[in-house]
Amino acid sequence: MADLRDLYQDVILEHSKAPRNFREMAGANHRAEGFNPLCGDRFTIYLDLEGDSIRDISFQGSGCAISKASASMMTQSLKGKTKADAEKLFGRFHDMVTGHEPSNGAPVELGKLTVFSGVSEFPVRVKCATLAWHTLQAALEGEQDAISTE
Amino acid sequence: MTTAAKKSAAKSRPVAARQASAPSSAREPAPPYDVEKIRGDFPILRQKIRGKQLVYLDNAATSQKPQSVINAITRYYERDNANIHRGVHFLSEHATEEHEAARSAIQGCLNAAHSKEIIFVRGATEAINLVAQTYGRVHVGAGDEVLITAMEHHSNIVPWQLLCEEKGAKLRVAPINDRGELLLDEFADLLGPRTKIAAVTHVSNALGSITPIRKMVELAHARNIPVLVDGAQAVPHLKVDVQALDCDFYAFSGHKVYGPTGIGVLYGKAALLEAMPPYQGGGDMISSVTFEKTIFNKLPFKFEAGTPDISGAIGLGAAIRYLDGIGIENAAAHEHDLLEYATRKVGAIPGIRLVGTAREKAGVLSFVMEGIHPHDIGTILDQESIAIRTGHHCSQPVMDRFGIPATARASFALYNTREEVDALVAGIEKVREVFA
Repeated sequence: MADLRDLYQDVILEHSKAPRNFREMAGANHRAEGFNPLCGDRFTIYLDLEGDSIRDISFQGSGCAISKASASMMTQSLKGKTKADAEKLFGRFHDMVTGHEPSNGAPVELGKLTVFSGVSEFPVRVKCATLAWHTLQAALEGEQDAISTE
Repeated sequence: MTTAAKKSAAKSRPVAARQASAPSSAREPAPPYDVEKIRGDFPILRQKIRGKQLVYLDNAATSQKPQSVINAITRYYERDNANIHRGVHFLSEHATEEHEAARSAIQGCLNAAHSKEIIFVRGATEAINLVAQTYGRVHVGAGDEVLITAMEHHSNIVPWQLLCEEKGAKLRVAPINDRGELLLDEFADLLGPRTKIAAVTHVSNALGSITPIRKMVELAHARNIPVLVDGAQAVPHLKVDVQALDCDFYAFSGHKVYGPTGIGVLYGKAALLEAMPPYQGGGDMISSVTFEKTIFNKLPFKFEAGTPDISGAIGLGAAIRYLDGIGIENAAAHEHDLLEYATRKVGAIPGIRLVGTAREKAGVLSFVMEGIHPHDIGTILDQESIAIRTGHHCSQPVMDRFGIPATARASFALYNTREEVDALVAGIEKVREVFA
């Protein structure tokens, strides 16, 4: 049986209550809005990209504890990383929350993001955990339209 | 079926033929409300999920089905399955009789004047689309108005938006107050010379508010404006009398009133239905077809193109008979007691804000918790095997009205108990613990 504490780990609850990089970014050169119609979660991701490098990243919006904490911790783990790093990290993160074995290629360190491993026991919450990441992808690709997890 | 045919049917299969038409759960008049006995009629409620007794409080989304409904559907496929309205053989006649008996049961439930005023559709959504696309397309033109309320389900918004876009008409919205009650004066003011139809909910699915529908119909009729009532959340909880309401159209879904999914009803006044063009073309809705001209069938068949959901209609008929056996007034009183109890208990939990506090309510307790998203409430309650709905309940404008993205919604049916409300309260305490 899945344990609630596997899902709502202290780190996740703490980030959901006090999200990091939770601000609008005036000088953002990329941004995208993500929307989960199932529960009404809505986030905007702001990026300051210099070439391929993420100089700054922030987010704003509202959503459940899982989606908010995921967005908060994503911004922490991506600052200073390259676009390619971000893509790899999302791939590994996605495998973890959907309960898949890591895909081929060199192992990617998820670090603190492993707190989201419990999500795999709650399939309906996968969309919450990945909303920020999908939105990030849209922002990196320069799409300005709102994206949806549906 | 002719009397002779009935006799021969009775002779060949006397027991089965009699059982098919007998309401299997008919009770003596006015017994004390025995909720445990009623729960015994619903096999799904017996189960445990993750080792815990299921507490099903998502009835506004869909209700569970009593054994008599499940039996009626099974029996139809085991014994009666045949296409209806056209066969001369025994099974076809019998299936037709059962199908039409369901229509009569629904006529009785709504107190419609004629059984031909009962049109079978897929659900309330299709019923509303039918009216928008037939009555609406004929009567609503450029510059005209369609009036709805601020607490409609998307299914009573979008069909009218589509119509208004097509015709260059305008959708007007009657506002509600902070309790979730319709502002009747504003509704009256919005009934104007260009208003061609008012489409209004009877009970709000997101808030539980009961609208003053009788008065609304009166106000609209004073200006010769017809009224469609979305009764999807009303039929399971209230005695509905379409003649007393004097509404022109009334829509509901079978699955919310203990019947199967995929079947629902549009009631319409015969004179209006007669004058409306058909909705879909096909078999069953015609009386003769040549390549030059088609003559449409009479009511209700004009609006029932193609082979219908026969088993669904029969299942819905069984559901209506089941509800009749308990008595809608008895069920309503029980649910009212539950709602009051739940409102008191849940409302007393610190950090809870009830959304929708109308003086007249049925079936629904919507709430939000400070600092905790409804989706998280839903997941944690689910771990306790308590099923509620979280989200916008297909009523995003209602959420916007209250400035929230979503709510948690517990909704009650005739088989719920005070113990289940206590389980909900304990579950919410658990939510508070997790987020403490």
